[in-house]
Amino acid sequence: MRARFWVPTIYIVVLLLPIYWLLNMSFKTTNEILGGFTLWPHRFTLDNYRIIFTDPTWYNGYIASIEYVVINTILSVAVALPAAYAFSRYRFLGDKHLFFWLLTNRMAPPAVFALPFYQLYSAVGLFDTPWAVALAHTLFNIPLAVWILEGFMSGVPKELDETAYVDGYSFWRFFIRIFMPTIAAGIGVACFFCFMFSWVELLLAKTLTSVAAKPIAALMTKTASTSGYQLGLLAAAGSLTLIPGAVVIYFVRNYVAKGFALGRV
Amino acid sequence: MNKSVSQGAWWFVLPVVLLVAFNAIIPLMTVVNYSVQESFGENMFFWSGVRWFEQVLRSDRFLSALVRQVMFSGIVLVIEIPLGLMIALAMPRRGPWVSVCLVLMALPLLIPWNVVGAMWNIMALPDIGLLGKGLNALGLNYNYTRQPGAAWFTVVLMDVWHWTSLIVLLCYAGLVSIPDAYYQAAKIDSAPRWAVFRYIELPKLRYVLTIAILLRFMDSFMIYTEVVVLTGGGPGNATTFLSIDLVKTALGQFDLGPAAAMSLIYFLIILLLSWLFYTLMMRNQAR
Repeated sequence: MRARFWVPTIYIVVLLLPIYWLLNMSFKTTNEILGGFTLWPHRFTLDNYRIIFTDPTWYNGYIASIEYVVINTILSVAVALPAAYAFSRYRFLGDKHLFFWLLTNRMAPPAVFALPFYQLYSAVGLFDTPWAVALAHTLFNIPLAVWILEGFMSGVPKELDETAYVDGYSFWRFFIRIFMPTIAAGIGVACFFCFMFSWVELLLAKTLTSVAAKPIAALMTKTASTSGYQLGLLAAAGSLTLIPGAVVIYFVRNYVAKGFALGRV
Repeated sequence: MNKSVSQGAWWFVLPVVLLVAFNAIIPLMTVVNYSVQESFGENMFFWSGVRWFEQVLRSDRFLSALVRQVMFSGIVLVIEIPLGLMIALAMPRRGPWVSVCLVLMALPLLIPWNVVGAMWNIMALPDIGLLGKGLNALGLNYNYTRQPGAAWFTVVLMDVWHWTSLIVLLCYAGLVSIPDAYYQAAKIDSAPRWAVFRYIELPKLRYVLTIAILLRFMDSFMIYTEVVVLTGGGPGNATTFLSIDLVKTALGQFDLGPAAAMSLIYFLIILLLSWLFYTLMMRNQAR
């Protein structure tokens, strides 16, 4: 029995190695990085982080990223809730085709949409705002949210709805006061996934912004290419992008396994 | 669940349809538009029929990118699915460590994709990276910026590092849903371990495994950011996958016609294969 615990342990250690290496680099001075191979920072420094927190182009990148991720998450889940309810409770004209069509958008490669999105959002005047990125990311997040929520909602017996109507609840009152608390875990998981996929996606986020709403992760690419190879700064910026994900996952840790199975297990 | 027929349900899905249609249909029509026209700058366009499609389908550049893409997705699926399944089977089912394991394992999934690329870039540098230095210290000649083989190794390793956790989490979710009674029955019959896996665990896992394969196939087929940051598609064109080639054509050279034709072919391939998976999945569920 002891032996089987080695497998997850080794796996987690392997997962953490590159993360450790990134943190290691972020605490080194440029001289030490270029000076040679060291397993831990010999001259520990916080300068790289200081630069990020004092330079507005850097910390504005974080604000921009968080902004569009939050807008996207709220928007996607808000419109996906009634739609998922419809898919889980009713049969209507074209429902199966509609569901598959929604899913096809999850399958669309962002590279295909990069240029048309650029033209579309320039035309409607949203280019370089968090709204452009947030709306563009709904392309793959809404289908995912509908899919997850539909899974969780199908697990709730229909008798719940019927009892509420018999008790004189109107539809929206039932939906907000009774139904949403019942599937709270599902809503949490859907939010988590929207947050995750919006936070990690970069091709569209980079294409749809130039200065004002540039996401943090895109700023990193710029640093690497324009001002030589500032590995320490790059590593510090990268390390800071790990934090929001870690915080969010901590909140949903008990539901995450079920959520990854899209609520269907 | 027996659903009641109600056309009014369309009102519930309307916001989703409008929003997704705005994002999906307008850009898709733009692409279709470009794919059948020739442009001479200054917004002058001429009908060119299926010329771009023929050109793309005959070009070695597209075909070799497609071959590389198929190879990459294949390799990644072959490694990640069994590995993820194995780790999920070895995970503890209850106890205080479960949450810790899950959170740590999910960590790579929440790192922005270009940070993943940058991270592996730093990790694999031959002179100061842990992996690069380590491999060279073992006597292997490893430099991923010069050797195509080493570049492939690094890209595949990065993807395995990045996404195996998704398979683990999916399979784990499937495994914890199996009631204890099944295992007890197997114990009473003194069934061997492989039989427990084959007749109890695998049937329960069939559905989550289909989702896992579907998601991994789609995402590995669209891979872009991580590879661009890590290798830039090089050395030469060794790791230029479809998305990278497409962005080079569309945004780099601004060859709109060929890029649009390529986009449509690319999208159709994904759509076709995904539809195949989806129908198989739904048939399994119906059973």
